[in-house]
Amino acid sequence: MSAPAKFALGARVRVRTDDPPHHHRTPRFTRGQVGTIARQHGVMPLPEDLAYGRIGGQGMPIYRVHFRQIDLWPDYAGPDGDIVSADLHEHWLEPAP
Amino acid sequence: MSHPHDHDHDHDHDHSPPKDEGAGDYALLEQAMRELLIQKGVITAYGVRRMIERLDEASPATGARIVARAWTDPAFKTALLDDAGTALSALGFGPMGKFIALENTPDTHNVIVCTLCSCYPRFVLGFPPDWYKSTAYRLRVVREPRAVLREFGLDLPDSTRVVVSDSTAEIRYMVVPMRPRGTEGMSEPDLAALVHRDALIGTAVVAPLAR
Repeated sequence: MSAPAKFALGARVRVRTDDPPHHHRTPRFTRGQVGTIARQHGVMPLPEDLAYGRIGGQGMPIYRVHFRQIDLWPDYAGPDGDIVSADLHEHWLEPAP
Repeated sequence: MSHPHDHDHDHDHDHSPPKDEGAGDYALLEQAMRELLIQKGVITAYGVRRMIERLDEASPATGARIVARAWTDPAFKTALLDDAGTALSALGFGPMGKFIALENTPDTHNVIVCTLCSCYPRFVLGFPPDWYKSTAYRLRVVREPRAVLREFGLDLPDSTRVVVSDSTAEIRYMVVPMRPRGTEGMSEPDLAALVHRDALIGTAVVAPLAR
């Protein structure tokens, strides 16, 4: 791996609220939300690069992040344990308390 | 009949030779790029043809065989759940990219979606159903998954956690459904015949066998 993963399994992270004009794969419903690291996928290329033909870059650690449905949608009708997961590169994440 | 020769069908239709309608801009772009890459030796025409053939050959039956093997071979199941891309590449599937198999259990029910577009593990499930690509499914299954699953005929108890996984072009998912009751001692091919597409997406389960 070209870069060690910054976030450990189980770590709480918040998704940055940036809204860049270029292509990326960070779902809007996760923006600003707090989740937990559920899986480390290793280092993978950035969609922000691949979409514009910039191949062969360094890539960056990417994680499976679990979000609780009730955190995403205050009126969520199911049990508290229900989860949505998204796979997010490290630069979209910051540590959360 | 507009043509004089005999046919079994009785509708009128054009029997003139097929016309080349001309390629659209994207098709021309693809063709130019493909021909250049072949000339430069980056890819081969055979390789492109084989890739298309393999994509067309994949179907939910492929995924069903993988699930049946996981149900009957604990070592394979462990490898599959650990890193499905690596486990399946070793069996000649692929190219897989990053591919993850999620196991359904009495405690956890997984369902997959691609909220941005239609990312789907085509090399093991074939082409996605139309509803998988619909805006309604993509929007609703991350927002009210239990209501969506009920519409698919699956009513899960609150004691089962629902985990919705949003796929991307780089990381794709499939679901390993629970092995149903009443299938003890069944052969791997017989088990594979029970596993159907929606159970591999997570909008259904494999029903118990009536005895």
